[in-house]
Amino acid sequence: MVEFALPKNSKITGGKAWPKPAGATETREFRVYRWNPDDGKNPSVDTYHIDTSECGPMVLDGLIWIKNHIDPTLTFRRSCREGVCGSCAMNIDGQNTLACTKSMHDVKDGAVKVNPLPHQPVVKDLVPDLTNFYAQYASIEPWLKTTTPTPQKEWKQSHEDREKLDGLYECILCACCSTSCPSYWWNSDRFLGPAALLQATRWVSDSRDEATGERLDNLEDPFRLYRCHTIMNCAKACPKGLNPSEAIAELKLKMVERQI
Amino acid sequence: MALSIVHRATGVALYFGTLLLAWWLIAAASGPGAYANVQAFTGSFIGRLIVFGYTWALMHHLLSGLRHLVWDLGYGFKANEREALTWGALIGGISLTILVWIVAYMTIGGGR
Repeated sequence: MVEFALPKNSKITGGKAWPKPAGATETREFRVYRWNPDDGKNPSVDTYHIDTSECGPMVLDGLIWIKNHIDPTLTFRRSCREGVCGSCAMNIDGQNTLACTKSMHDVKDGAVKVNPLPHQPVVKDLVPDLTNFYAQYASIEPWLKTTTPTPQKEWKQSHEDREKLDGLYECILCACCSTSCPSYWWNSDRFLGPAALLQATRWVSDSRDEATGERLDNLEDPFRLYRCHTIMNCAKACPKGLNPSEAIAELKLKMVERQI
Repeated sequence: MALSIVHRATGVALYFGTLLLAWWLIAAASGPGAYANVQAFTGSFIGRLIVFGYTWALMHHLLSGLRHLVWDLGYGFKANEREALTWGALIGGISLTILVWIVAYMTIGGGR
């Protein structure tokens, strides 16, 4: 349900200011959200200074530098460091994006502010609990469903039909879009959110899939699909340049089209 | 996101503006005394400010609603198109409001 204020144990208090690295000539300030489930304290924002002369240009490089040189307890997810895996999605300078593809030089003034993805339960520091997000993805049944007998070789698709999946199949499920959506913040228990709906569109649009009707039936719900009010935060947030709003509009159009 | 909130806020404001409209209509139907009361209120500075706000809420909500209609038809999703539609609704709403008031003042001389 709608929460306008943070729960008491989520209020951010103080935070440790770590000393600047000794002998560094060029530094950049990082303000990073910290929360440890084991110490019973409220979250805080710690201040770090990284030595930019021995650190890569991306925000993720900065976080790794902090973990290696200043504070090994800093916790975050990362894997591919090139915008393919979607692990390091976080809120940087007020915008959900991937830490590995966001240059710290693009953060204009002052400190680089790093927070976990908004409105998700936090596991620790910058690691959000995405259990619900993944369950919603599973609920749209993201696999090919057919009733005709399986062909001897592959399921064929024309070039034109394949092109209909462009802008949909590239999603890496980083959750930047869903966690930027106010409708999702307030109704994530019932609204599927932009990421899962973009994937729903991907399967509804697939010429080889034979369960289009069932898929649309499953989405015909005041919350699951229609909590989208075209707020457009998802399209703004997507680090892969996809457009979940457009995909959802396509779903809504298909809902109408099948009734006339 | 900001314009989405403004769209909702103007939508809520329209409910109150409609109350004003209903008051005016009821007063007009019930007699010259009641009608004069409404005229005195809407003619006052505060009253004019409220009616001006109502005009803007109506114009903005209208244009913003058209923007949503375009999106619901599946157009205007590119980043530059989104920006154009959003700024169009905001600037268009303000311009139309001012235009309506200029026309109103010129034709009926300030609501009297």
